[in-house]
Amino acid sequence: MFKWKTDEFSWVDFTIDVLRVLIVLGVVVGAWNTLSSGRITLAQWVNLFAAGLSQGSIYALIALGYTLVYGILLMINFAHGEVFMAGAFSTVFLAEAFNRTGFLNDQPLLAIPLMIMFAGLVSMTVAILLERVAYRPLRGSPRLVPLITAIGASFFLQYTFRGLYGSGFKAYPQVKILQGAISLGGINIPIVQIFVFFSALALMLCLYWLVERTRIGKAMRAVSENKEVARLMGIDIDFVIMFTFGVGGFLAGSAGVINGVFRPQGVNFFMGFIPGIKAFTAAVLGGIGNIPGAMLGGLFLGVIEAIGPNLVLAGLGIPGANQLKDVIAFTMLVLVLIFRPQGILGERLSEKKA
Amino acid sequence: MKRSLLVLTVLCLLLGLSVPALADGHCMDELGCVEVGPDDPIIIGAMLSLSGATSFYGEDSLGGVELAILGRDGMLLGREVIVVEEDSLCSAEGGQAAAQRVAADESIVGVIGTTCSGAAQGAMPIISEAGMLMISSSNTSPRLTNDDADAGGTYYPGYFRTAHNDLFQGAMGARFAVEVLKAGAVATIHDGDPYTEGLAVVMANEFAGRNGDVVFQGAVSKGDTDMSAILTEIAASEPDVVYLPVFVPESEFIVSQAANTPGLEDAVMMTADGSFSATFAQNTGAAAVGVYMTGPHVSGEAYDAFLELWAEEQPGGTAAPPSGFHAHAYDGANLLMNAIEAVAEEMDDGTLVIGRQALRDAMQAVEDYEGLTGTLTCREDSPFNGDCATGTALAVFEIGEAQVDEGAWPPPIVWDLSMSMAGDA
Repeated sequence: MFKWKTDEFSWVDFTIDVLRVLIVLGVVVGAWNTLSSGRITLAQWVNLFAAGLSQGSIYALIALGYTLVYGILLMINFAHGEVFMAGAFSTVFLAEAFNRTGFLNDQPLLAIPLMIMFAGLVSMTVAILLERVAYRPLRGSPRLVPLITAIGASFFLQYTFRGLYGSGFKAYPQVKILQGAISLGGINIPIVQIFVFFSALALMLCLYWLVERTRIGKAMRAVSENKEVARLMGIDIDFVIMFTFGVGGFLAGSAGVINGVFRPQGVNFFMGFIPGIKAFTAAVLGGIGNIPGAMLGGLFLGVIEAIGPNLVLAGLGIPGANQLKDVIAFTMLVLVLIFRPQGILGERLSEKKA
Repeated sequence: MKRSLLVLTVLCLLLGLSVPALADGHCMDELGCVEVGPDDPIIIGAMLSLSGATSFYGEDSLGGVELAILGRDGMLLGREVIVVEEDSLCSAEGGQAAAQRVAADESIVGVIGTTCSGAAQGAMPIISEAGMLMISSSNTSPRLTNDDADAGGTYYPGYFRTAHNDLFQGAMGARFAVEVLKAGAVATIHDGDPYTEGLAVVMANEFAGRNGDVVFQGAVSKGDTDMSAILTEIAASEPDVVYLPVFVPESEFIVSQAANTPGLEDAVMMTADGSFSATFAQNTGAAAVGVYMTGPHVSGEAYDAFLELWAEEQPGGTAAPPSGFHAHAYDGANLLMNAIEAVAEEMDDGTLVIGRQALRDAMQAVEDYEGLTGTLTCREDSPFNGDCATGTALAVFEIGEAQVDEGAWPPPIVWDLSMSMAGDA
C-alpha cells in the first residue's frame, strides 16, 4: 500500500548521490588547485605516472592470480600475497649468487629470465601445494570456510618462510644496465621502469594466449563456466584447478623478481601482505574473475596511487598527503564497491553463479 | 582436634613473627629488594630488538653487554651473571610486551634496553612501576629524558641511557649542513617513530636557528616501499639537503628512489643513526655513495682493546660489531654491575639483598665514570633526566664505494664533533 513512498525517495540513494557529487567536487577542486599552483613540473608528473605504471604492472601480475582462482572456484585466495613473497624471498639468494659471480651484470638478459623462472617455479610449487593441502579438502564446503582457511594459510606461509630465511631484511642486487634513464623530449624515464612495464606486459600477453588459444586454456574457461558440464565433457577438473593455481603462482613469483628489480630493498617474510591486498583491490577494481580487468585494475590502481596524493590531496591542503597513498587505494575499493560493484570491466559470471 | 588447633596456632604465630622479621632484617628499600640466594646467579634483563629490520642494533648491544660481563669473568660478587634476553622489537607494543615479561620476573635486577625509543615508550611505564631500572644503549629520543609532559616528555623514574640525546645529534646534523655543506634549504622526513620525529624536529629547529630555510617537513609510513609521491613533493620545494633520520629499510627506499627523482639530482642526502649499518649501504647500492650519516663515534685505546676482544670472542657470530652502540651497551652494563656491587648487602646466610631504590640512586649518583664512550655523569636536570652520555661521542660519516661494494664498515669520518661542539654544547 505504501510502496510508492520507497519508490520515489530513498535515503540510501540520496546519500550515495551526495557522496558522488562531493567526491567529484573534491577531485576537481584538488586537481585544479595543484595544477594552477604549478608547484610540480610536467617532468615530475610524467615521472610519477611512469613509476605508477610500473608499480601497477606488478599489482596486475599478482591480481591475475586472484582473478584466475576466483574465476574457477569463486573463492578469494587471500594467501596469494604469500605466494608472491615465497618467490621473491627465495630468489633473492639466487640473485645474490648471480651477483657475486658476476653473471648478473655480464649476462643480464640471461640472468633475469632465469631468476624469473626460478621464482615462478617456487611460487608455483607453493600455490599448488596450498591448493592440494588447504583448499581441495574443503571444496564444496560453504564459501566462508576456504576464505578463513586462506587467512590461516597466509600466516602459515609467512612464518614458515620466517623460519626458513630468518626475519631480517634482504635486498636484490642492482642490475647495472638497468640503471640510469633515457630521455624522451627532455623528460627522463628510468630504464628500470620501462623494463618492469614491458616484462610484465609480456607475461600478461603470454597468459592471454594461454587462456584464449590453447587446449588447457579452453578447459580452464570451460571449468569456470560450469564445472559439472565440463566434467561430463571429459575434462579433469582437479587437474585444471591445480593448473590454474600453478599459473597464478607462476605470475606471482615472476612479479616477485620484477618487483625486486624495480624496488630492490625490503625483501622479508612479511613483504607479501601489502602487495597482496593491493592486488586484491586491483582485481576487484577491474572486475574480479575478469582477466583483462585484473590487468587494467592493477595499472589503474598503481597510477592513481602515484598521482592521487600529489594531485588531489595536496591540492585540498591535506598535510602529509603522501602518507595517505594507501587511503586512496582503499577508498577506490570502497567507491567501486558502492558505485560499480561489478568492477570497471565487469565481473564475468555466468547466469547461475550470479 | 584440640591438638591440631594448637599446632596451627603456633604455626601461625611463628609465621606472623618471622615474616616482618625477615622483611626488617633484609630489606629496608621503599621499592622492595631483589634477593639472590647463596647459590643463585645475578640476573640482568636485556630487552633489545632481536628480530626484524633493526635486529642488528640489538645484536650489537647484546655483544657489548656480553663482553662487559666477560670482562669480569662472568662473575659479580662471587656469583655468576646471567643475561635474560627479551625481544622488544622496534615498536611500542613490542616494548610493552617485553617489559611485562621482565616485570613479572622478580629475580631480574636491572635491564639493559630498549633498542628503539618507540619501544622504550611502551616499556618504561611498566618497568618504572615494577621498581626496576632500565639503561638504554641506543634510545636517543629527547622525549625519554624530558619530564615536561606538555613538551611531549615521557620520562619515568628508573630510566637511564648511555646513548646520546638527539638534542645533540640533531644540532650536529644542522651544524654540519650549514657550516660544511653550506646548505640554505633543508627538507626533513620522519616515519612517525618518536626517535625519527624527534630528530627531524630538532634538526629543523636548529637549522632554522642558524638562519637556514626549512622548506619541507614530512613523513613516510613504516612499511612504505614507494616513495615517489613524497620525493616529488620534496623536489618541488627545492632543498639543498634532505635530512631523513628514518630506519632501514625505509631510508634505503628513499635514497635509492631519490636518485631517479627529477629535481633531486643535486640534493645531498643526510641520514642518522637509525640507518647506521653496513647493510644500509649494500642494500641501497650505488645511490648510497655520497650519503652523509650522523652516528655514534667512539675512539681511544680502551675502545681498540674492546674491538680486539670482540674479534676474539665474536659475540653473535660476527667478527666486528654490526652497528655503533656496542660501546654504549658495554658502558651501560658496567654501570649497572658497578651499581649492584655498591648497593648489594650480603646477609649472614649468604643471601644477597639488592634494594631497588638504592640501585636507582646509585645509578643517578654516577659521576665522572671513565667508560669507553667518554667520561659519563648521569644527570637529573630535565630535559636530560637520566642522561649519562657525554653527547660528544658523535661524528658525521660519508658513505663511499667501499661501503657499497665491499661492505666495509664503519665509513670514513668527514667531520668530527668533539672539536666543533665544544663551544656551544
